[in-house]
Amino acid sequence: MAVQDYLRQRFFPHMWCPGCGHGTILNALIHSIEELKLNKNEIVMVSGIGCSARISGYVDFHSLHTLHGRALAFATGVKLSRPHLNVLVPMGDGDALAIGGNHFIHAARRNIDITAIVMNNRIYGMTGGQFSPLSGPGVKATTAPYKTIDSSFDVVELAKAAGATFVARTTAFHVKECTEMLTKAILHKGFSVVEIMSQCPTHFGRKNKEGDAVNMLGLYKDNTAKLGSKALEEKPHLIPRGIFVEKERPEYCEEYDKIIAYAMKEKIS
Amino acid sequence: MPKNIRFVQGNEACVEGALYAGLDFYAGYPITPSTEIAEQLSQRLPEIGGKFIQMEDEIASMCAIIGASLTGKKVMTATSGPGFSLKQEAIGYACMTEIPCVIANVQRGGPSTGNPTHVSQGDINQARWGTHGDHAIIALTASNHQDVFKMTVDAFNMAETYRTPVILLFDEAVGHMREKLIIPEKGELEIVDRLRTAVAKDVDYHPYLPREDGRLPMSDFGAEHRYNVTGLFHDMWGFPSNNPKIVNELLRHLVDKIENNVQAITRYKEHCLEDAEYILVSYGSSARSAIHLAQNRRNKGEKIGVLELQSLWPFPTELVKEKCSDAKAVLVVEMNMGQVLTQVKAAVKSPDRVFLANRIDGQLITPSNIKQLLRVIQGRGV
Amino acid sequence: MNSRIRMVFSGSGGQGVITAAIIIAEAAVIYEGLNATQSQSYGAAARGGATRSDIIISDKEINFPEVTQPNILVCLTQEAYNTYSSIIRPGGILLTDKRYVQTTRKVDAKQIELPMYETVMEKIGKPVVFNICVLGALIGLTEILQAQSVMTAVADRVPKDFLTMNNRAFDLGLVLGAQFRR
Repeated sequence: MAVQDYLRQRFFPHMWCPGCGHGTILNALIHSIEELKLNKNEIVMVSGIGCSARISGYVDFHSLHTLHGRALAFATGVKLSRPHLNVLVPMGDGDALAIGGNHFIHAARRNIDITAIVMNNRIYGMTGGQFSPLSGPGVKATTAPYKTIDSSFDVVELAKAAGATFVARTTAFHVKECTEMLTKAILHKGFSVVEIMSQCPTHFGRKNKEGDAVNMLGLYKDNTAKLGSKALEEKPHLIPRGIFVEKERPEYCEEYDKIIAYAMKEKIS
Repeated sequence: MPKNIRFVQGNEACVEGALYAGLDFYAGYPITPSTEIAEQLSQRLPEIGGKFIQMEDEIASMCAIIGASLTGKKVMTATSGPGFSLKQEAIGYACMTEIPCVIANVQRGGPSTGNPTHVSQGDINQARWGTHGDHAIIALTASNHQDVFKMTVDAFNMAETYRTPVILLFDEAVGHMREKLIIPEKGELEIVDRLRTAVAKDVDYHPYLPREDGRLPMSDFGAEHRYNVTGLFHDMWGFPSNNPKIVNELLRHLVDKIENNVQAITRYKEHCLEDAEYILVSYGSSARSAIHLAQNRRNKGEKIGVLELQSLWPFPTELVKEKCSDAKAVLVVEMNMGQVLTQVKAAVKSPDRVFLANRIDGQLITPSNIKQLLRVIQGRGV
Repeated sequence: MNSRIRMVFSGSGGQGVITAAIIIAEAAVIYEGLNATQSQSYGAAARGGATRSDIIISDKEINFPEVTQPNILVCLTQEAYNTYSSIIRPGGILLTDKRYVQTTRKVDAKQIELPMYETVMEKIGKPVVFNICVLGALIGLTEILQAQSVMTAVADRVPKDFLTMNNRAFDLGLVLGAQFRR
């Protein structure tokens, strides 16, 4: 199938700003799904609210554009009721980790087979550039005119601690790497988290002197390094990219199926 | 033990009704006094291949059942005051996206944490207007376990028929009290299943284009038709739109599909109502006290009757108006500050003859509480 | 059955007061085709503290489920006795346990004090079946339901391994109560 066959072309052009990293993530995701040859009828994309969440409107899957922060809670209902469906949950950083932080850690704890994609632009874009729990200290935002004093979460460490069984990080600059990681995350049985750093030139770049999209992408190239690379060894302050966790642990829906088998047997006997 | 007769709590009657109606997915969070519903379903659902999940919070529970409903399941959650508050945004989402679901609210005293283990009927207006924005909603209630069962079945049927969340407004007294429940045989009560689209594969399916009768045939997530669902105003494909015409038509559709069917939705019972000069309008556990009093006074020759409402939203205005038209006085018996009273006053010709017999201290209103007020109204002193 | 029976069972959490109330009401409904309601006062504490359960049994419809004046009042602690003994309906039956309750005042009712706890401990040695012995005593005393109905309801609720012990406790109670049958 051609890439366009995975898109709802009726609904284009998309609403993202020129230079936004989110389109690149959509591109990488579609390539990943094409590579996996998944049946479109068996994919459900569930998103919350924000710029990132609009991604679900553009894909030709079953798509559920829900409430701010609650995508994973809706997705849990979809997945548990029909475990054979592939459930993809793209979220913004505020969506996933501020208002939706509780659902994020609990989905990870259950190890339910959902692919969570954190499209991290470190800002609330749709509401006009307020700082997020991933902005970190020293960032200018419309609600931090004197710069932020809030520390940020490390998505990878948080996901690991909460029990996610696949955790990866990449950026919108590393498009092929994005596709590879998304492919692995979708194939992984269990709760997988892929953090993709995504530039917001309109609200983050402009306020924080990071320049336009091209410049911001350059920063992703310069400020990150692959796990296990020499570059990271030499410059440990760089942001590591790669797969941080890939392990097996009982998956929630499969465990529940065992409960059903047991309860049905008990009832008969 | 005879198979169909049970001696159960009201909460268990709700569970039995839900299972009879075809419930196969429940998500919830523990909260007094509704917890027995979750406890029972955690055991019963897997026995029939259904799913039960205890979510991380009230909001997540509401969201999870909406997700599961979209895949074609019959779904419910149960809660009480504080949890009902938390669920409101997602209830509005289900209104907007027209996803069938049932929410049982076993009411306790409020506001805030309030009076968790004691009875109240303080969430009537919240059931109607808890979520933001214009919308319509269905809320049902019951005063005894046979009716809790019946109303629970009706709630599922209405949720599927009108594609809407339906609220079951029970209360602590009925929820925790035990009494007889006769479980009807399969087929005895009508069960409504979801109307599914007949549009063939690869033919353009319009998930949000109502038929002439206002109904919207659904397609399950995972089936042949892939479409978008959003809480934003949306066009016939479910794609976001702020086109004024689309916004206007969708909002009117959401309200009309329920408000225009008020007669079909209305559920009520009459107790000694024929020729009644004094009418007690009540619902839920307080109706038990009203009926008790009416029967006692009837035995003494007084013309007192009870109009027991079992559907509170959409409010059966015409019914109340008609039944109360000849009454010397109407007493609304409820355990709040007059939430149904306001509706009854608005419905009748002479609102100045409508009085509130209430109790708000966490105790079940008693027949003598009502009698005292009645005697004052009758000019007979306390 | 010719009249409405209004009962209040009272004691402290953990004595099985609520369970006993459920069993007797369940027996009435399921095995004798009567109507019954059982309700209880309920607070945050799961154990300890005062417990009260109201039971109404009738062949007619029961609406208001609370009991204001019981024909039968069972008090299993001093506190319960002190609180509730005054609400007994004139001519009713007040059943107390000798170990837990010292009756201090006269009420216009038939006051029956039985050594139910002591008998259970002496003959069975397990306080857990005290409530079932109380049920037995109440049935022996009042014959409001068939003993068999109540025992069947007990069997429905009790794990199989404990059934014999419960049956014994019930029988001990029956004998104790029957002595004072009217």
